[in-house]
Amino acid sequence: MTTIFEARKVVTMNPGRPLATHVAVRDGKILGVGHLDELTGWGEYTLDRSFADKVLMPGLVEGHSHVAEGVQWRFVYCGFFDRSDPDGTIWPGVKSIDEVLARLTAANAGLTDPRQPLTGWALDPIYFDNRRMTRADLDRVSSARPIGIMHASGHIMNVNSKALELAGMLRAGVNHPGIPLGADGLPTGEMRGPDAMTPLGPHVGLDRGLLASDEPGLRAFARLCVRKGVTTAADLANLLPQPAVEMMLRVTGEDGFPARIVSLRVARDISPADLIARVLELRKLSSDRLRLGTIKIVVDGSIQGFSARLKPPGYYNGAPNGLWYIAPEQLREIFERALAAGVQVHSHTNGDEATELVLDTLTLALRNNPSPDHRFTLQHCQLANAAQFRRMRALGMCVNLFPNHHFYWGDQHYALTVGPERAERMNACATALANGVPMAIHSDAPVTPLGPLFTAWCAVNRLTSSGRRLGSEERIPVADALRTITLGAAYTLGLDGEVGSIECGKHADFAVLEDDPTEIGGEHLKDVRIWGTVSGGRIFAASAI
Amino acid sequence: MTAAIPVTLIGGYLGAGKTTLVNSLLRNAAGRRLAVLVNEFGALPIDADLIEARDDNLISISGGCICCSFGSDLVGALIDIRGRGQKIDHLLIETSGVALPGSIVQSLGLVQGLAIDGVIVLADAETIEERARDRYMGDTVLAQLAVADIIVLNKIDLVSEPSTAATLGWLARIVPGARVLPARNASLPPEVILGRDPRHHTGHMELHDHETTDFATLSLEIDDPRDADRLAGVLADPRLGLLRAKGFVRRLDGVLVTLHVVGRRALVEPAPSWVRGPGRLVCIGLAAEMDRAAIMAAIAGQGSAIGRSPPDERGDG
Repeated sequence: MTTIFEARKVVTMNPGRPLATHVAVRDGKILGVGHLDELTGWGEYTLDRSFADKVLMPGLVEGHSHVAEGVQWRFVYCGFFDRSDPDGTIWPGVKSIDEVLARLTAANAGLTDPRQPLTGWALDPIYFDNRRMTRADLDRVSSARPIGIMHASGHIMNVNSKALELAGMLRAGVNHPGIPLGADGLPTGEMRGPDAMTPLGPHVGLDRGLLASDEPGLRAFARLCVRKGVTTAADLANLLPQPAVEMMLRVTGEDGFPARIVSLRVARDISPADLIARVLELRKLSSDRLRLGTIKIVVDGSIQGFSARLKPPGYYNGAPNGLWYIAPEQLREIFERALAAGVQVHSHTNGDEATELVLDTLTLALRNNPSPDHRFTLQHCQLANAAQFRRMRALGMCVNLFPNHHFYWGDQHYALTVGPERAERMNACATALANGVPMAIHSDAPVTPLGPLFTAWCAVNRLTSSGRRLGSEERIPVADALRTITLGAAYTLGLDGEVGSIECGKHADFAVLEDDPTEIGGEHLKDVRIWGTVSGGRIFAASAI
Repeated sequence: MTAAIPVTLIGGYLGAGKTTLVNSLLRNAAGRRLAVLVNEFGALPIDADLIEARDDNLISISGGCICCSFGSDLVGALIDIRGRGQKIDHLLIETSGVALPGSIVQSLGLVQGLAIDGVIVLADAETIEERARDRYMGDTVLAQLAVADIIVLNKIDLVSEPSTAATLGWLARIVPGARVLPARNASLPPEVILGRDPRHHTGHMELHDHETTDFATLSLEIDDPRDADRLAGVLADPRLGLLRAKGFVRRLDGVLVTLHVVGRRALVEPAPSWVRGPGRLVCIGLAAEMDRAAIMAAIAGQGSAIGRSPPDERGDG
């Protein structure tokens, strides 16, 4: 059965046929794109005019997110910016600690079981003139119920006195750099870093493992994808234990599941040899809508957490250099084995020293294992300089940059972490493209909100939340940004032959838009209204998801 | 309240011999119930002949010992271990090759019922100086050494004697005051790494036969009260050449306290309620380095009179 969709405009991302009005679909695949009379030759068809006033783009591809975004929404949103949940409700940003507390108080009133913890997320005190939240603040919401609020960074949590008490930490003598103490010698309730947060997690509804693989979370994440025009999303760091894989295969395989998920096995808790064996096994389990068989390695930490590894001169505020999460020998062994087995590796590097280590290590590994088209990808890679982009090109690497950082933390990067010059070159999209490095851009959701059109807006405008333009020279044109959030990201995931453009033979995966992103103007790219998606020929309206 | 479980961190860069040391400690546990937490990119690296049973992520080892890996979540694993309710005499944490033991020590303080005993950092005699100059890992390697209570300079059999001497000199310069223990095959008596078996509170200690280094012990009774904090500080002075000292002394206010020295680390805390009788102290050091006269002088309250005198009591090793 062939359906021909009529659209106001089809933006194909295929340079040979960039614009069209109709696209013919059969069995979830594209038969052709063009004018109606070019498509009728495929035989009997139904003309679907429901998109006649809409713009079709290739389904957007989020190259670096985490399915955990879907889990977070069962907690109270405490972020500074308006954000839409999987049901489409827009949660207004909270603009002060008092507003945070008011929202928590309302949520608290809705809970009946007095022992049930109250959990919030996405708090970002840098927007409250850096006034820190304390347990006394949260005690005003409830002193009887444990309360925990995760920060937007995911690296800090605020808790109330009850939570500290349950964790045995409402005591004097706690001595840890991640646990500031008040004048009374007791913890203030701010817990910085995973070690400080872990003992609190079980008491405030943030059990370990919760954020990994979770069926309702996966479903919620997919609904969010529809709202953002995303038809393919990478879940970038998953331990992928077998029960989780089976759940993900079952859920993504359901008729109504609207997206393709690419889930990467994170290199942790397993030897390099076992990792490769497991990933090869996972690859065989891949389905049409769940793609497995690639590796994620975390090389360093984060820039705003001062745990990224920077080359000299290091951090602008003089903070000591960050942390390595893997030794070069281990990185080398994984690279060598992965190249030999034909397995793709994505490496998280935030700092330029971490990026340099990956470049050096891959240089050596490729000598022993020449591998055309390995597509090893640097993820985040925020501080890379021009020379490093040239090396990426020479080595055949891809990069997935993080322009959302400019909006959310750009002012901090300018003033505190890396200083003006490097803040302006961070996430150097223009340099990457000029040097011919295959590029994606990403949200790292839930760290920043899922939404490739917003990410594209960040890359096109490079504005911070205070309105400073960080690095005019690194802005990219709208057309490049749109190609990056479709074909560009698909390439880094090895899926550019299947998705990322609207052309004959590819999956019928479309973003259905009310506005034309090629006409609306770069400064309005984030405001493009999204009607929904088509995934494998199946129609998903955001309003009905 | 039950006594806190002593925790020994075993750190050091990749290939320094951490796993060898852990296996050797398990093999010579001699009745100690050890729990081992391992953070590596690997399967649990326990010698096959020591393993009694494997259950998912946990290995049971003969003699009541266990081993599991903790991935990226040490505090969570520590909470789990405490939650098992299993009797544990000593907890060993083998850190990853790039971990900074200093931050792990801080995180240990977040889990109730654990007390840091010491930080042992292994260094490969063949490669340590080169590692410390590595453009990527140099600062990490130096930061590991800097927090060691005892540095084990391992694999000295693979380098020449002058080279070992040069490395010892280098370590003395970059980590002033560090106790450095040369070793071959990471072979060291468990008493040096773990302290004495807690079930033997008195009596002379037998040091296991040992292939590289001679150790000396010194057992003393201390009848009259002392300034315990000052005494502990003096015993941690590198010039005494002590690796460990443990015992009880009566404080000036008459309270009996535990005195605990591991390399540069010194701790004074209230003694367990079962402790009676006169104060007493057992010291362990390298036979060639332990300055018996200075230790006696320090204990006699003449801590400032530390000097070098030839060792005159050899250990059993």
